[in-house]
Amino acid sequence: MTLFRDALRALRLTAALWLITVVLYTLPLLGIGQGLFPAQANGSLLRVDGRVVGSALIGQPFATARYFLSRPSAVDYSTGKQPSSAPSNLGPTNPDLVKRITAASKVLQGAGLKDPSPDLLYGSGSGLDPHISPLAAEQQIERISAQRQLTPQQLRQMVRRHTEGRTLGILGEARVNVLELNLELDRRSP
Amino acid sequence: MTSLQQPFFPRMPRGRRDQRRYTERPKTQGLLGRAIVESFRKLDPRLTVRNPVMFVVWCGTIVTVAATLEPQLFGLSKDAPGRGFNAVLAAILVFTLLFANLAEALAEGRGKAQADALRRTQARTQARRLLPNGGEALVDSSSLRKGDQVLVSSGELIPADGEVTDGVAAVDESAITGESAPVLKEAGSDVASSVTGGTLVVSDQLTIRITADPGQGFIDRMIALVEGAERSRTPNEIALTVLLAVLTQVFLIAVATLPPVAAYIGGPTPVVILVALLVALIPTTIGGLLSAIGIAGMDRVAQFNVIATSGRAVEACGDINTLVLDKTGTITLGNRLAEEFLPVGGHTEAELATVSIGASGFDTTPEGKSIVRLAEKLGASSGFDPAGATGLDFSARTRMSGTDLADGTELRKGAVDAIKGFVRSRGGQVPDGLDQAYEQVSQLGGTPLAVCRGAEIFGVIYLKDIIKPGMRERFDQLRRMGIRSVMLTGDNPITASVIAREAGVDDFIAEATPEDKIAVIQAEQRLGKLVAMTGDGTNDAPALAQANVGVAMNSGTQAAKEAANMVDLDSDPTKLIDIVTIGKQLLITRGALTTFSIANDVAKYFAILPALFGGVGLGALNLMHLESPHSAILSAMVFNALIIPALVPLALRGVAFRPDSAEELLKRNLLVYGLGGLAVPFVGIKAIDLAITSLHLI
Amino acid sequence: MIDWIQVALLLALVLGSAPLLGRHLWQVYDNRSQPLLDGWLTPVETSLLRWVGDPGRPAEQAWDYLRPLLLSNILFGAVAFLLLLLQPAWLNPLGLPGVRWDTALHTAISFLTNTDQQHYTPEQTLSDFTQLGALQFLFFTSAATGLAVGFAFIRGLCGRPLGNFHWDLVRSITRVLLPLSLVFGLILLINGSPMTLGGPVTLRTLEGATQILGRGPVAAFEAIKQLGENGGGFYGANSAHPFENPNPFTNLLAMVAMFAIPAATIDAFGRFLGNRRQGTLLLLLVTGLFLGLAVVAIKAEQAGNPLLAPWLSGPNLEGKEVRFGAALSALFATITTGSMTGAVNAAMDSLMPLGGLVPLFNLFLQVVFGGQGTGVAYLLVFLILTVFLTGLMVGRTPELFGRKVEKAEVVYSSLILLIHPVFVLVPAAITIGFPALQGISNPGFHGVSQVVYEYASAAANNGSGFEGLGDGTVWWNLSAIVSLLGGRYLPIIALLFLAAGFSRKQPVPPSQGTLATDTGLFTVVTAVVILILGALTFFPVLALGPIAEAFSLPR
Repeated sequence: MTLFRDALRALRLTAALWLITVVLYTLPLLGIGQGLFPAQANGSLLRVDGRVVGSALIGQPFATARYFLSRPSAVDYSTGKQPSSAPSNLGPTNPDLVKRITAASKVLQGAGLKDPSPDLLYGSGSGLDPHISPLAAEQQIERISAQRQLTPQQLRQMVRRHTEGRTLGILGEARVNVLELNLELDRRSP
Repeated sequence: MTSLQQPFFPRMPRGRRDQRRYTERPKTQGLLGRAIVESFRKLDPRLTVRNPVMFVVWCGTIVTVAATLEPQLFGLSKDAPGRGFNAVLAAILVFTLLFANLAEALAEGRGKAQADALRRTQARTQARRLLPNGGEALVDSSSLRKGDQVLVSSGELIPADGEVTDGVAAVDESAITGESAPVLKEAGSDVASSVTGGTLVVSDQLTIRITADPGQGFIDRMIALVEGAERSRTPNEIALTVLLAVLTQVFLIAVATLPPVAAYIGGPTPVVILVALLVALIPTTIGGLLSAIGIAGMDRVAQFNVIATSGRAVEACGDINTLVLDKTGTITLGNRLAEEFLPVGGHTEAELATVSIGASGFDTTPEGKSIVRLAEKLGASSGFDPAGATGLDFSARTRMSGTDLADGTELRKGAVDAIKGFVRSRGGQVPDGLDQAYEQVSQLGGTPLAVCRGAEIFGVIYLKDIIKPGMRERFDQLRRMGIRSVMLTGDNPITASVIAREAGVDDFIAEATPEDKIAVIQAEQRLGKLVAMTGDGTNDAPALAQANVGVAMNSGTQAAKEAANMVDLDSDPTKLIDIVTIGKQLLITRGALTTFSIANDVAKYFAILPALFGGVGLGALNLMHLESPHSAILSAMVFNALIIPALVPLALRGVAFRPDSAEELLKRNLLVYGLGGLAVPFVGIKAIDLAITSLHLI
Repeated sequence: MIDWIQVALLLALVLGSAPLLGRHLWQVYDNRSQPLLDGWLTPVETSLLRWVGDPGRPAEQAWDYLRPLLLSNILFGAVAFLLLLLQPAWLNPLGLPGVRWDTALHTAISFLTNTDQQHYTPEQTLSDFTQLGALQFLFFTSAATGLAVGFAFIRGLCGRPLGNFHWDLVRSITRVLLPLSLVFGLILLINGSPMTLGGPVTLRTLEGATQILGRGPVAAFEAIKQLGENGGGFYGANSAHPFENPNPFTNLLAMVAMFAIPAATIDAFGRFLGNRRQGTLLLLLVTGLFLGLAVVAIKAEQAGNPLLAPWLSGPNLEGKEVRFGAALSALFATITTGSMTGAVNAAMDSLMPLGGLVPLFNLFLQVVFGGQGTGVAYLLVFLILTVFLTGLMVGRTPELFGRKVEKAEVVYSSLILLIHPVFVLVPAAITIGFPALQGISNPGFHGVSQVVYEYASAAANNGSGFEGLGDGTVWWNLSAIVSLLGGRYLPIIALLFLAAGFSRKQPVPPSQGTLATDTGLFTVVTAVVILILGALTFFPVLALGPIAEAFSLPR
């Protein structure tokens, strides 16, 4: 009988805690998000002419020479049939890693990057990394300049505008948002 | 009346404490030989299985022996070491087992020798049992039961432990105490009425009531203990065994799960080498020495002439917080002696002496007798007619004793305020100077006894307490060990404080009744303290039983001894320091060797793992640059085996204990056994590796 | 240099917040008055308890505490399992079907045990309703269960009754986890974590590809994921995903969140004991261990991969995000495994051998700040074992906090010591022994690490993984369940029995011969015992996994 009593208690406890932790906790944040911070709450979406072209936080695949290249992604920047995010999970001594880096290096050399910045060869952690390093952007300026009606000087300024330094000068790494940079490219020199 | 004077201080030992040995040294001839034989007998798996660590070694040995006979037994592998290697490994493992057995056998052997020495005191004798009808019957001492009365005369051995009910005699107790001077035994006296089986009556005759059934005496219990036969494991030892067993299982798992992992990366894992790794990792050092440490500890207790009834009691000594001592017979010599007569109220010394003799006429206590002796030395005589007079014994309630003469004269002596009350009740006056005399005696640390005849107080007798020599330094030592000493005494507070100060005890409780003794102990215990009590009188028995560790003086009563967990054959109350030291040494030795054993594993890993997996890229772990994989493994195993006999002397002797703060002790022992345990095997294994490779042994 | 400043900043925040949060925890679990909260929370809590039907009596025996714990945990798990298995159509825009039974069972138990191993891809498997109703629910309840156990254990060691499980559980949520999560969730939201039930967005990229962005109530989910040391990601990439961890600032907060409660619990322990020095020293002990491990991991990642020298140089960035870089990723990995969270902001599988050794080592030790509530408990268990070993060496029956450490304590403590290798090494050996079961994706020594790591993560209730491992199989799910349950509930049972027995012991007053545990010397000794006992057991697999892999790199 005590087992029945205790089980009933556990049941009621479960119901009560479910309500608190699922409903009562989530709703205020949903309300605040949708009410006060709709941009962030809905995925920091970027629009061009009202059409959603991406998210400021999520990278996109860029392979053509007209754009600044983004980092290698194990999930092609979630461009499959389902949402996805993942790293390559290749171990440091996995021969496949060496093979992939070799291949990527050849591709980049073909794109005029003799000694590419490592982040352009290494796969990202999320497969959605929106950033490349400032060095990686700098290395691509000449190529883009040849492709678009923009001087290296102009491009350098654009890159600087889309470069975020370390937060408070301390946290994280300096980085360039590739999608935003490429969006500006399209805007300035369609 | 025999002229046997109570010896001044019968058995106070002399010389450096750690060198004192009262009992004849146990014979150690042939000890090693017997132990070696014994260590082979202990290879019997039925005995080994009791020690989980060594049982794993035993199983490993069987596997290795099998692999020696048939190297391909555990699967064909080109990496499996050859028969020669397996044989050497098997031999090392057998020696590991033998060394562990040897340690235990040596400890047991020393215990047995000690037990034999004790047992010789118990030779069976004939006893003259008194029959209820008054007759005597000659019976074998082993047939005596508790409550029997026996008669023992000069030249005869006392057949069993007992209490003197009649007679006065000198008894030679050298068989158990090693002290050659005979001791006076008499009925009625608190301290001198108990006798121990196996001691020799050298004069006169005693009637003794037997207090122990055969095999139940102290000596019997001690024999069982030092022989290890009845050695039940102490709580700390059990806890440690659990930890060692778990560590063994952990390493068993770590080693047993290795083969599939190694196979995946192409590393070989021959069974014999896994056995070697396992044996190296499990705590064989402490596992092999654990029981030897315990047995040797009991043996050391016996060497200090203390009979302990359990190993638990000895270990509990290491935890003692408070030592409660009954003053009389422990801090001071058992008997206070009359030193001086201090007459008051215009009476002369001679008058006082005369009344004192009268008041002590029926007093058979040593104090009483000493008063009479002192008075007679001053030339006084009783001057009363004993015929028709009656004696009043001292009681805790009246706190006085005395004599009522036939003519109705009341002679009394006793505690000063008790006598004051008595005199007032008889309509008398308290003379000036009494309080002064009382103060004077108390300030000297003596006991003042007031003496009166009827309503008239004659003066004060100064009973002098003699503090045993060397007390102060011993109490200092106790203090450094963190043990607080409390003296209990029936004396008045002034006397008590003087004695407490002179003896150097931390605290005292004056005017204590037997109930107070128990109350003090209980109060300490309620605070969670472990209390040791030393005492000798019958009224100490309940307190001795209440205390966590009760140490009875051998000179004490049988009741006190029965209630105690230990009996000090030398009747030296501060002997407890030595037992405390032994108790602590037991724990320290176990802890130190466990730490050493576990710390050793680090080096062993660095010897065996690179040897095992050098082929798959772990050669860089070979920090010691051992010559070859095989020499590395054998060196580690040889070290593992040799460290056991190397540490046997330490296990038997115990790690040195100096009274010091816990922090200091930890620092020192960690330095020696922790860091030492890390470093020694690196050096040892390298040295063995150099030796066996330079001698081309493999 | 800037990397080390960030480490220092993190530690300053963690150690700085520990006394504040520790004081709060002490007030919550010691039933001290909290004027700001009591007025409106106490009526809610008491009426909730009354509705549940618990009279609120403190437990007298270990079972009195364990029984409601086990019963409620069974129900929590059952609710989650059913939701996963059936996956209703609510808030399910992709129309995702029910989860396969073994994955559902593994997931339910993995989240129930505060582990959060994920043998599935969340954005392709779970609806928003399931994420919230099954997983976010377990985030709170499993963390609260851990906190309850931790403080019951603390009470026992301080000689008090264990307390009331329901009371502890409810207050863990109402006074600790919920308020902190609301604040952290809001910060995440402002920084870019989505908070919507609007489902995924499909869009055309600049180059014309179709990109699907999974969205959801991420901010709420993420906050308690970090604070409750749960670690199960809303997305497969976990905290590397920009929606979960948008920028270095949220990354710092995420790291602080993982250490905040365990650090504060250690501080609260000192307050319970009435000896804050003891708490502070323990905090310094784990900080020291953490620093050592963090340095190894950061150095390893900064040094980069020599095998790739022909093509690139610099730090190892494989599986890492540009905004975090190598050092912060290594630091995050050290924290997430030390704290038993399991969230990752970089691929653990792609860490350098020594960078991967550090997380693995953390999983073996389980005390480098440690899990929610259980971290301090394991730390104290190591303290008990240290006291036992070293206490003998000062020649007294060992004592801890004024009570004797005897057979029962040693039995339970060594049981806890034994449980871990059993549930890590035995299944790992079986799995490696049968190639069909392995699912290893990185060959050689790294494969050993992958398998051992998965079980170590399960048994330590961490949840991170060397995720290349093909662990979505029935074997992996079921065998991991054994480690999950064994690594969670067996120690909890042992801990509560240990604490209940200990609290009933008669206190022993300290004397000159008593070994003080609140000294620098003793703290260092405890650290060495933790390292030796922790490492000795696992040294062979460490040697055959990450150490051998490290040696295999060209130098």
